[in-house]
Amino acid sequence: MTIPVEKSTASKPEFRKISDVVWDLLPTFKHGMRVPARIIATQKLLDSMDLQVYDQIANVATLPGIQKYAFCMPDGHSGYGFPIGGVAAFDANEGGVISPGGIGFDINCGMRLVLTDLTRDEVMPQLKTLVERLFHRVPAGVGSRGFVDVSREEFRTRVIVEGAEWAVRRGFGWKEDLERTEPYGKAAWADRSKVSQRAIERGYQQIGTLGSGNHYLEIQWVRTENIFNKALAAKWGLFPDQVVVMFHCGSRGFGHQVASDYLELFLSVMERKYGIKILDRELACAPFRSPEGRDYYQAMGCAVNMSFANRQVILHRIREVFSDVFHKSAEDLGMRMVFDIAHNRGAVEQHEIDGTMRELIVHRKGATGSYPPGRAEIPELYRNDGSPVIIGGSMETGSYLLVGGPQASSTFCSTAHGSGRTMSRTRARRLVNGRDLIRKLEERGIYVRSVSYPGVAEEAGFAYKDIDEVVSAAKRAGISMPVAKLVPLGNVKG
Amino acid sequence: MPYRYLEDIAIADVAFEAEGATAKELFQEAAAALTNTMIRDPSAIEGRVIRAFDLEAKDIEMLLYRFLQELIFFKDAERLLFCCYELDVEQGIPAWRMHVRASGEEIDPKKHELLADVKAVSFHNFSIERTAGGWRAAVVVDV
Repeated sequence: MTIPVEKSTASKPEFRKISDVVWDLLPTFKHGMRVPARIIATQKLLDSMDLQVYDQIANVATLPGIQKYAFCMPDGHSGYGFPIGGVAAFDANEGGVISPGGIGFDINCGMRLVLTDLTRDEVMPQLKTLVERLFHRVPAGVGSRGFVDVSREEFRTRVIVEGAEWAVRRGFGWKEDLERTEPYGKAAWADRSKVSQRAIERGYQQIGTLGSGNHYLEIQWVRTENIFNKALAAKWGLFPDQVVVMFHCGSRGFGHQVASDYLELFLSVMERKYGIKILDRELACAPFRSPEGRDYYQAMGCAVNMSFANRQVILHRIREVFSDVFHKSAEDLGMRMVFDIAHNRGAVEQHEIDGTMRELIVHRKGATGSYPPGRAEIPELYRNDGSPVIIGGSMETGSYLLVGGPQASSTFCSTAHGSGRTMSRTRARRLVNGRDLIRKLEERGIYVRSVSYPGVAEEAGFAYKDIDEVVSAAKRAGISMPVAKLVPLGNVKG
Repeated sequence: MPYRYLEDIAIADVAFEAEGATAKELFQEAAAALTNTMIRDPSAIEGRVIRAFDLEAKDIEMLLYRFLQELIFFKDAERLLFCCYELDVEQGIPAWRMHVRASGEEIDPKKHELLADVKAVSFHNFSIERTAGGWRAAVVVDV
């Protein structure tokens, strides 16, 4: 269903066109910009971006120690502090900062893609049963509790320290899952002593929960014509007519509490102790090499681990459900993971700046790591291919599996993370009724279950940009190249 | 107009505006707006359990921020949503203080039709201002 997007009448800023998909906002756009802002987008996407995006990405360009450009990815839309789709890298040697607002509240929110050996014809007779069982067995929505019994102590000393490793050790998954998670399912830099008791209280009962909003679990289908890189698709285990499972969730209340705790701390010390002035409170930051900056980085690592553990446990549940419905083991159903990759994270990485390799703290907020072949960040299994990149679309249009492209270094190895919203949740809810949308999707062969009908309306396809256009921009910029498009059959919306 | 949702302030999240003749009323309305972001009918919440807590902040803006964050904390840590608030808000020097006695119950999806899970209060466009009729606040919550 399509509903015309209402466009703002305010005028766009002037861009310097670098190519058909690269646009610069020069430092003259806003006082205090240390570097230009660079937007990766087709003309169509650029025209549809809300104006606040440009203001926000220009604010990012004013932060101390920023290198080269403040980037906005093709799915960019306004957030707070950083826009969603914002990428920035800071050099600690030049007073570079770390900012919770540049990483996002839902720390390490990300995507996981799982294969099956089943074809669409084999799955369709069981589709409703599968979606219903997944809906009942993977808790979602406000106040949901996980199905794993974890004490506060186990959460504090194991889950947030070991990440997906903890889950696999407890029997939730296979050892090979870790080799298919970046970086092996665990943030080794995590320090549990940097996390508040309030964060523990909020998170310890949420392991194995999907959440709400744009978080979902989807049964998808690989149409023959949607395989764009046949060799790589085959190497990664994809074949025509295959059914796969993709899901999207993060570190739940725990990650949010970590981000909120440090946002408040940074606001209290930033100017007084470090003399940093910012244009938006959501850009609160501290020098990376300060006690506060270090503490946040280590606490953020704990939230990274929580979310890897969360997705690992949910994967286990998905395998159980498929195994129950098809009376075969998950191994016999070929339910191997392709990859797990985050789109809300800060990471210390090596990047070349003007001919010299430098250690930078790269912020990606609603932006996915996209590494070209050979990069150390890619698990060994995929290192020669480039990193798998998972971009989730709306429940109506489909999602993509891509691979790190030849020009990925030009954006600090970053690409889009989804379709990107074009309108507010409140507006989407006014324009469509959730029950009607579910009925219409079912007529089109997509079966949706959710704890919240208004929540379904908020996620309607018309509330998002055209994902094909987003992927086209990423491809033309050479930052990530499509391997296959995956279209929805069934969706459990959080 | 005790509170209303704003359409185009936050694309990915939820924004609302709340008003009150007094600071206490403003806080009650903002809490109601927060709860109504998460469930369709806040009047379905019954006051079965009580939680009391004290908060302090350098100004009324930070006090409202902490109050709403505390309600989000109870939603995750104890699965509690509240319906009624007894509040004492006091403008002291140098800090604002409040005592809260909130009553509510555990979330029950059968009884409370769920909307979006609020996970944090954002500082994006967060503001409180004096008006001719008392106080008005604008809040964006992360869902």
